[in-house]
Order: sequence, then C-alpha cells, then structure tokens
Amino acid sequence: MTAPGGRAVSAPLLGHGEEPTVFELSAPGRRAASFRTTGVPEWSAEELIPADELRSEPPALAEVSERDLVAHMTRLSHRQYSVDLGAYPLGSCTMKYNPKVCDEAAALEGFANVHPATPASHAQGWLELLWGLAHALCEVTGMGRATLQPPAGAAGELTGLLIMRAWHQAQGRSPGKVLIPDSAHGTNPASVSLAGYQTVSVESDERGLVSPDVLRKYLDGDVAGMMLTNPNTLGLFEERIVEVGRLVHDAGGLLYYDGANLNAIMGITKPAVMGFDIVHLNLHKTFAVPHGGGGPGAGPVAVTTELSEFLPGPLVARADDGTFYWEQPARSIGRTHGWHGNALALVRAWAYILSNGSEGLRQVSEAAVLNANWLLSRLRGTYAVPYGSPPMHETVVSTKDAPGTNGQLRALDVAKRLLEKGFHAPTVYFPLVVAEALMIEPTETESPETIAALADALLEIAREGAEVAALAPTTTPVGRVDEARAARRLVLTWDAARAEGPGVSAPA
Amino acid sequence: MAPYVPHTAQDVARMLADLGLVSTEDLFSCVPPALRLAGGLDLPQGLPEPDVAAEMARLASANRAATELVCFAGGGSYDHDVPAVTRALAGRSEFVTSYTPYQPEVAQGVLQVLFEYQTLVSRLAGLPVANASVYDGATALVEAVNMATAATGRRALWVSEGVNPRWREVLATLTAGQALAVVEVPLIDGITRWEGVAGGAEGQSHEGPPAAVVVASPNYLGCIDPLGAARAAATEAGALLIAAFDPVASGLLRSAGQQGADVAVAEGQPFGSRLAFGGPYLGMMAATQAHVRRLPGRLVGQTVDRSGRSAYVTTLRAREQDIRREKASSNICTNQTLVAVTAMVQLAWLGTTGLRELALRCARGARYLRQGMLALPGVKPLVGAPMVREFAVALPVAIDLVVERMADEGFLAGLPVEAGGQEGLLVAVTEKRTKAEMDAYLESLGKVLS
Repeated sequence: MTAPGGRAVSAPLLGHGEEPTVFELSAPGRRAASFRTTGVPEWSAEELIPADELRSEPPALAEVSERDLVAHMTRLSHRQYSVDLGAYPLGSCTMKYNPKVCDEAAALEGFANVHPATPASHAQGWLELLWGLAHALCEVTGMGRATLQPPAGAAGELTGLLIMRAWHQAQGRSPGKVLIPDSAHGTNPASVSLAGYQTVSVESDERGLVSPDVLRKYLDGDVAGMMLTNPNTLGLFEERIVEVGRLVHDAGGLLYYDGANLNAIMGITKPAVMGFDIVHLNLHKTFAVPHGGGGPGAGPVAVTTELSEFLPGPLVARADDGTFYWEQPARSIGRTHGWHGNALALVRAWAYILSNGSEGLRQVSEAAVLNANWLLSRLRGTYAVPYGSPPMHETVVSTKDAPGTNGQLRALDVAKRLLEKGFHAPTVYFPLVVAEALMIEPTETESPETIAALADALLEIAREGAEVAALAPTTTPVGRVDEARAARRLVLTWDAARAEGPGVSAPA
Repeated sequence: MAPYVPHTAQDVARMLADLGLVSTEDLFSCVPPALRLAGGLDLPQGLPEPDVAAEMARLASANRAATELVCFAGGGSYDHDVPAVTRALAGRSEFVTSYTPYQPEVAQGVLQVLFEYQTLVSRLAGLPVANASVYDGATALVEAVNMATAATGRRALWVSEGVNPRWREVLATLTAGQALAVVEVPLIDGITRWEGVAGGAEGQSHEGPPAAVVVASPNYLGCIDPLGAARAAATEAGALLIAAFDPVASGLLRSAGQQGADVAVAEGQPFGSRLAFGGPYLGMMAATQAHVRRLPGRLVGQTVDRSGRSAYVTTLRAREQDIRREKASSNICTNQTLVAVTAMVQLAWLGTTGLRELALRCARGARYLRQGMLALPGVKPLVGAPMVREFAVALPVAIDLVVERMADEGFLAGLPVEAGGQEGLLVAVTEKRTKAEMDAYLESLGKVLS
C-alpha cells in the first residue's frame, strides 16, 4: 500500500447546495410516528389532566415523513467530516479511530436497556464492568480508587477540585488558590473558579515547561494545589515534575493531573509515580470512546487511597463471595451526575481496554509518540518549532515564519486550506503561549502513509503562500463562515431566522 | 502490535531510522529514568475481537434488561420505544465520530442538526433561546443556578423539594465551592408550599433574597406543581424562576415559558435514548432572550458564508472556557451532542401530533395502573395532587422488599420515594406498557402485598 488511508479527498461530501431545515421540509399533518397496540382505555386529555393545566395545542415540531427525515439526516451527514472519513489531527482532542466492536458492545440489550435504579442483585454485569474499569484506570494511573460518574473531562476537573477542597477542609484548612501553567486548557481555570478557588497562572520557562524556580515564587500557605497536564499542551514532558510535586506538597497543596494527554504515557510512566494525587481521564480521548460531534464523553476521576473517602458515591465494591455492591465513601463530596455517569461510554472504554491489554496500551502510546515525532521531522524547516525538545504524542508549530511567506501565513488560513486537501485541521491558536499555533495530534491509528500525506499537504500549503490559503476553503460544503455576523445578528432558532426575514439565507 | 495501530514492524523501524533513533525507548528519553515503569501494566493481555465480544456479552447477560424486568421505574429515566429510524440515523458514523464543530466548513451536518435541536427545545420550553446541550438534567439545573447567581449577584436559592432529589444532591455537590445558601421548600400533598418562605426563620432574614426560585412540574412525585405560585414567589423576591419540566408531558401541559419561567431545564433521555443504566442522557436548557449570553456551553447560530450561502457556526464563543478561562461562568467543553442529535431525530419522527399522542398514551397508562393499584388492599395515594405519567403510592409492606419481590416476579416495580416523612413507591408508565403487562403487574403486586 502506498496511498494514505486517512486522506479524504475522494469524499462525496462536497455538495454545494443548501440543505433546508427540517421545518422547511414539513407539511401540516404529515408524520412518521406510530405506537404499539396496548389495549389501555383511551381516555381523553380532558379526562386525565385538569383543564387549566392543559395547553390549547401541542408545541409545533417538525411534520415530516420517515423517508424525508432519513434523506435530510443523510444529506446532513454528507456535510460532516469525521474520523471514519479521514485523519482528524485535532491537537489535544486525541481523535483516534473508534473500534466498531466497542459500539456493538454498548448496543447490547443487557447494557443499553437496563434502568439505572435496577437493584444491584439484578445488574451484576453492570457492576462488574464498572468495578473492572475503575480498577484498570487505577492501574494505568497508579491511583487507589476511582469514580466513573463525571460525564466529561471538565466535569472530572471540577469533581477533582472539590475533592481537593474537601480534603483541605477535613484538616481544618481553607486555602484559596490553585496554580496552573499558562499553557493549560481553558477548562482548568474555569473549573478552578467554579470550585471556589482563585486561579494563579504560572508562566512557562524558555523550554515551554514549568520551572521549579518560577514555581517557588507562587508557593505559599494559601495554595490548595496545582493542576498540570503532562505531557503538557505543547506536547512536552514536564521532566522536573517530581520536584514540582515535592514543592507543591511541601506547601501543603495537592497535585492534580489533567488526563487530556494520557495517550502519550500509558505503560511508560504513571501519574502516581510522578507524584500526582488526583487524576481525571478523558475516556473519549485515550480510550477511544467516539466524540459524538462534541460529546458525550466520560471523565472518571482517580485519587490516591488517602483521598478515596472523599470520592463521589456510590462506588462499586466486591464482596468476598465475588458479588458486587454499591457503597458510599465515608466522607463523599456527593454525587456529580444524576445517575452513574455516561455509562455506555464506560462500556466502550472497557471493550477497548480488553482489546488492547497491557502490552497493547503501551504500544498505543509508543505509536502515538512515534507518529507525532515523525510528522514533526517532516515539518521542520518550514514550520517553526517554538520549543526545542522532542514532542510526545502531539506537537505545536507556528505558521508565522514559514519561509517565503513574509510572515503573512496565518494558522487559521492553513487550517482552512488543509480542509481542501482532504484532512481535518489541527487545533489552531492554542496553546496561547505560541503565536499562530498549529497544535497537531496525529494519534497512533494513522498509518505512516497518512502521516506523510498530511505532512506533504502542510508543506504544500506553505509553498503556495499566504494568499492562496486566505481564500480557502472553496471545495467544502460551505465556504469561510462569517462568525462575526453570527454573533452580531444572533439567530439561534429557525423561529428567529424566520423573524429576521429574507436576507439571512438569501444567496448573494 | 496493538489491534488498532496500523504500523508494521518495518514501518516502525523505518520511522525510527528517519528520526535517528534506535528503538521506541529512545522516543521517551525526555521521561526521567526514575519515572519509567520497570514492568508493564498489571492488566491482562489483549484479546482478539471475538473474545472481546464474548466477554462483553457475558457481562451484558448478567444484567436483567427491561425486556425481562418489565420497567415501571422512572425517576428521570424512562422506558420509551425507540424506533429503528432513530437508531439508524443517530448511529451514522459522521455524527458519532466527529468532534465539536471547530471547523464549521466541514461540520455543517452537526451544526445544522444542533440548530434544529435548539429550535425544538425552544418550542418545547416555550422560551426563545436554547443551547446545544449539557450533560444531563441534574447538571442542567446546576448550570441554570449558576446563570441565576451571575445574573443577580445573590447567593441564596429557594429550591422546591419536588425537584428530583438526585438533582438536588448534584446541585449541592457542584456548588460546594460557591457558598450558596439553599433553602429547601417543602411539599404539601405533592405541591410546593411557597407561602412563608420569604418570612421564615431560615428565609430572607438569614440568607438574603434568592437568586432563583427552583421548581419542577411535573415534580419528582409526578404531580403537576402549579408554576404560577412559583412565578409569584420569584417575582416578589426579585428572583429568576428556574423550572424543570418533563419534555414528554409538554405535549399536553402548558409550557414552562408560557407560565413565566426565565430558565427551563429538562432531562432529554425520553427522546430516543435508551435506559442505558443512566447515561449518556441529555441536559436540555432554554431561556428568555435576556439571559442568552449567560447560557452555558455551545450555541449554534445561523449566518452566511463568503458567497452568501446559509451556514451555521458556534456563536457567542467569547462566553466559553477556552476563551474566557477563569472568568467563564461554566467550564463545560465536551457536551452531549450525539444525544441531542438523537433527540432531534426522535422529535422530528414524533412530530407535532405524535408528541401529544405520546404524552397522552403515557397519561392513560398511568391512570389505568394507578386505579388498579389503589384497588389493592392497603395501597393508598402518597400524595393527592393531579399527576400525568408518574405517581407515588403508599404500600403496606416495606418498599425495598416490594421492589425485590416484584423483581423476582419479572417487574422493576418502581423507585422508593419519600414524601412528608412517609415512604412510598414511585411508579412510571410509558406508552410502551400494555394493558396485559399492567394487569400482570397488579396480580403480582397483589401477591407480594398479601
């Protein structure tokens, strides 16, 4: 094979007509729904509900045939890029291939059709799975115990910070600050604020890393802890992490691991070995749960044994006779989800772990790091590498000083031009500490042929120059989208669009 | 090599050579030796796909699904029929394997579906704007409360005890760092008693005026809790009204917006999502125009592209955590988009008349079963207020025991619930339940109670 499997230039998604909304496809009285025969008496609404609570007419929804609905959604799906279509090197998001066997597992009736309040004695398979997954995540991170409730990474962050808070309070302390590096994801400071802490940003050093010398300036008795991603968002390993951890611990704080980048280190090292106390994981990144167009994800939180009594409950425990039961941690901060978290995402992650096993997870990380390094080696000389160290699973380059572009090549334009060349774009303008940043995470599931084609496309864009890139994209379902107009003339519903009248969707 | 890593041994060797490295170990030279794991992870070796499938099937078979444990439990999780078309369309891999539409030019599919979803949620809630989803009903409530504290600068809340107790627990957990003063307002016979909250000892005098009055209708006991009284209490206190509503019942009941809610939240699971042991579900949120800039998470707006064609894009992005960082009012990034896609398909499939019929069929079944239960000796209403599709009864036998015994009979009988210091059974009926199933349930319950 010499052709790149992850390049999507042949995709038939590139139609240019507008797709009407489902409301425009509606005709009064048309409908798809049908209901089962039940034999239940057919009382009228007036016989069942007090008259003053009844609405005069039902809320207007779409009114379409099943056939038209299928056509509408299928056409919309053709206007959508996805991992199944081609490479999706969106830095920090770990858009790896999502195995189909995991989808099938999640669709099994014994998982998908079980009420969350089913007594534990009738849901032993579910409890066994949750117990096994929590244990495996603890093994990968070196932690003592885990909650699977948080439904996404940011929810995991808030959960972890609230555990940090409860631990301090249990010791009669109430420090007010949490430190985060200036390269951190935006969710970190937002979660810190929601947890009632003040964010203190710690500047990266000239190598893009947290420096113990810089850190010392910020450490005092008011520090509750520090949040770190390792490797960090520049894709660089914080090699002085042990010293960083010791300094934070000596100041009375806890060390929090943002697991966004765990895909680089499975079986290589563990957050616990680095000195972390609290870890959240993004199962939709590292453990191949599909991203669903923006979610659902899953953001389990694992903690040291010392902190486990603060975890959200209930947790699954195993009795001596091998049966599983729910138990409430002694000083639980309380539940963080209405039920047990995004449970079907947890099924997928468990199937993924079973598929890979101990060796496989390490090979995943090795291949992810190999791909990122090999990609970067092909981009060097054209795209500036702001920090010298070799990257781990992702790499950050700048478009600013690409040779022959007079400093005019913008990251946004490179991203748009790359769409025309059959790839999803990398993350752009992040981390904030790099000008005109492209943050590229190829993941381990792309072949060398695909990585080479991606690199070639990026090099070609630089050769074509800033002016060509600025015109892109033109072959995609729509061209460059007017974001400023969307914010200025806020149209969030079809009803608002109709009220705006013609002009919103009229062609120029 | 790991099952989904495409590299051959030759690939790895060639790539390492290109990098001037000898082994994969060299890729990790930046990890200090002291941090390197000596052995591998203490996990089993990987399994071939058929063995994985077999193990997953073994675990699944150790659960009693709603097919064999006929489901009369609700409490925020309902056993509705999901048509083949919903599963097929929401299962399309373009929706399943994409991510947040950061590049709108190649994400018009997800963006347009979310725009249509926002429109549908707005219409269900009777409010002009809606967001593109949060995690579940419980976290939608938390986000609504955060909107209210930000809008008013106040720290107190009046929360009806009719709000799902698990949602109230999540609210307490997730706002622990914000020093909110939550006044829980009791129910009298299933309906919130707002009179006297303001003047009560634990009311205004200690906590200050509330940022929001929070009510659910139908509430956790299934009762229609008149929003008018809650709106009056909110208006008098200068607070926002946050209403949790049942989106299925909204096919019959007046909308939250019509009755004066400033923010409406709901659990969207009933629209096409399976019971799924509690997730992924769907947090629906809608609000008045005045609060649009405080809505959390993604908002999809309509705009145009360079050639004037209609296009969709996430908008008001400056509210969000990746731009606003510590000043953001919510930390949400990943949301429940695929579940919103599912709900959009299901709502389009139901259509205007189908949603009303769905609600009506649920209400008919609930009426039928409730009548039958109340005819059994010792069974009494736990509360008397009018209900729609879920209701609570007092039983002459301990509820946990009834649930266990009914499970042996092949039924998930309901959820234990408490009202006014008395224990009861919360029972939900969906359009899926036949008269024959309900008659069998009644016969079994009669045996269990005797």
